Amino acid sequence: MNFYAIRAIYLFELARTWRTLMQSIATPVISTSLYFVVFGSAIGSSMVQIHGIDYAAFIVPGLVMLALLTESISNAAFGIYMPKYSGTIYEVLSAPISSFEIVVGYVGAAATKSVILGLIIMLTARLFVTFEIEHPLWMLLFLVLTAVTFSLFGFIVGIWADGWEKLQIVPALIVTPLTFLGGSFYSISMLPPVWQKITLFNPVVYLISAFRWCFYGVSDVNVAVSLGMTLLFLGGCLAIVFWMFKTGYRLKS
Amino acid sequence: MQPAISIQQLTKSYASGHHALKGIDLDIQKGEIFALLGPNGAGKTTLISIVCGIVNPGGGKVSVDGHDILDDYRLARAKIGLVPQELFNDAFESVWATVKFSRGLFGKGPNPAYLEKLLRDLSLWEKREARIFELSGGMKRRVMIAKALSHEPDILFLDEPTAGVDVELRRDMWEMVRGLRERGVTIILTTHYIEEAEEMADRIGVISKGEIILVEDKAVLMDKLGKKQLRLILQRPLQSIPPALDAYALELSADGNELVYTFDAQRQHTGIAELLRHLGEHGIDFKDLQSSQSSLEDIFVNLVRGRA
Repeated sequence: MNFYAIRAIYLFELARTWRTLMQSIATPVISTSLYFVVFGSAIGSSMVQIHGIDYAAFIVPGLVMLALLTESISNAAFGIYMPKYSGTIYEVLSAPISSFEIVVGYVGAAATKSVILGLIIMLTARLFVTFEIEHPLWMLLFLVLTAVTFSLFGFIVGIWADGWEKLQIVPALIVTPLTFLGGSFYSISMLPPVWQKITLFNPVVYLISAFRWCFYGVSDVNVAVSLGMTLLFLGGCLAIVFWMFKTGYRLKS
Repeated sequence: MQPAISIQQLTKSYASGHHALKGIDLDIQKGEIFALLGPNGAGKTTLISIVCGIVNPGGGKVSVDGHDILDDYRLARAKIGLVPQELFNDAFESVWATVKFSRGLFGKGPNPAYLEKLLRDLSLWEKREARIFELSGGMKRRVMIAKALSHEPDILFLDEPTAGVDVELRRDMWEMVRGLRERGVTIILTTHYIEEAEEMADRIGVISKGEIILVEDKAVLMDKLGKKQLRLILQRPLQSIPPALDAYALELSADGNELVYTFDAQRQHTGIAELLRHLGEHGIDFKDLQSSQSSLEDIFVNLVRGRA
């Protein structure tokens, strides 16, 4: 293992976060705060409880997930797209490191950033709403697992993207809709029966459901199933990444 | 001795169908400065990129100090530093951060003292905190060199190192290359400037349309260059050269109308005056004469054109 190389990539990527602290941390925190003000305080106060949970508290796990998913994807995608775009990728490709080490460096940095962000958003939420976390260790596990999985997904997007537009398309056109329709703001048991079935094809449903279980002990889907689905998605992303490196897809001619 | 780089039957075709390399065989010896000379699009950068791991090889074998570039890529790549032709930079990073990153990436532990010396040698030390986009083009090129040398490579690739570089940087660069050679670093540079190859290289290879068409010691090449030819157009065709003129090793054209005398232009005494006097004594008159010298450029152009 070339630990110096992993460390170099990891620290280099995190340094970018500190340099762009405003965009990296402040932007998602502000936008999440707006959700809490609008949906939590303003609208939420006149909503009924869901599964015996106040509406404002009910949406906390979903909002954390929303930020976690979009930030993981865009951070990791940007992290690998940028050197491809500027040409500095030549150095990474010519270095004595395996594709596994490259992935650990880039995805590790993106996931670290997302986890920190997720925790900051939870603290921010606590300023607006009172909530308890029933299973804190499971919560942390799901937080890290989701951050890693979707950073990996973002890494794939970053390698696949051959223009700035494509970099934006996946988070904007796929992930945000899936998160909104994945039960961030409602329980899927509130949907008509047909849509309850269809919605199970949305992977984000499992993430939000499991995350909400960590907070309040109630879930739309069995937690074991959620964990299984998350791991399945993680495995799928890993397989794609290694295929990309093996074939040199959009990295090497 | 094991060559620094051994390339056997290397081929490469791009997805576009372009055959960039057509069976390259080349050995680079340890400690030499090798200049790869060729016109744009000859395959120089493709060749370098394959050795460095940036482009996948088509067919053939490449090993670096005995390590296969695919099977033992870690050992092979750790030995190599690459300065690419283009100025690829992390614009928002500081010089110090980017050089430190490069060293780590190549698996070397931190060594601030070495990096400080490196930056001082390249006149970058004062600029170490500057962000790269603030630097001039020449300074950016120095940063690229610093990155390539940050992990103390045994082999250094310089792809078109002096393209768009001012005189001062050029001189500094050659000084640095000589210094590296003294420390035993093998240097491979590509160029399409013949003077550059002449000035720096121990050996010169010419590549054209994906094939190596000549590899020669520079001294041998220069020797060929030193030769001049005097061509005499005769008044009357000559049947044979008189034996008395054997010492001049003259060549007679097939139709007997031209005599060619080859001599060493570097020497004080070229023998031209005596030859002309001797010819007069033997009653050989000429109506015209011309002298020519083949430059490396001529050899190069002929070689490349011959393959066209």
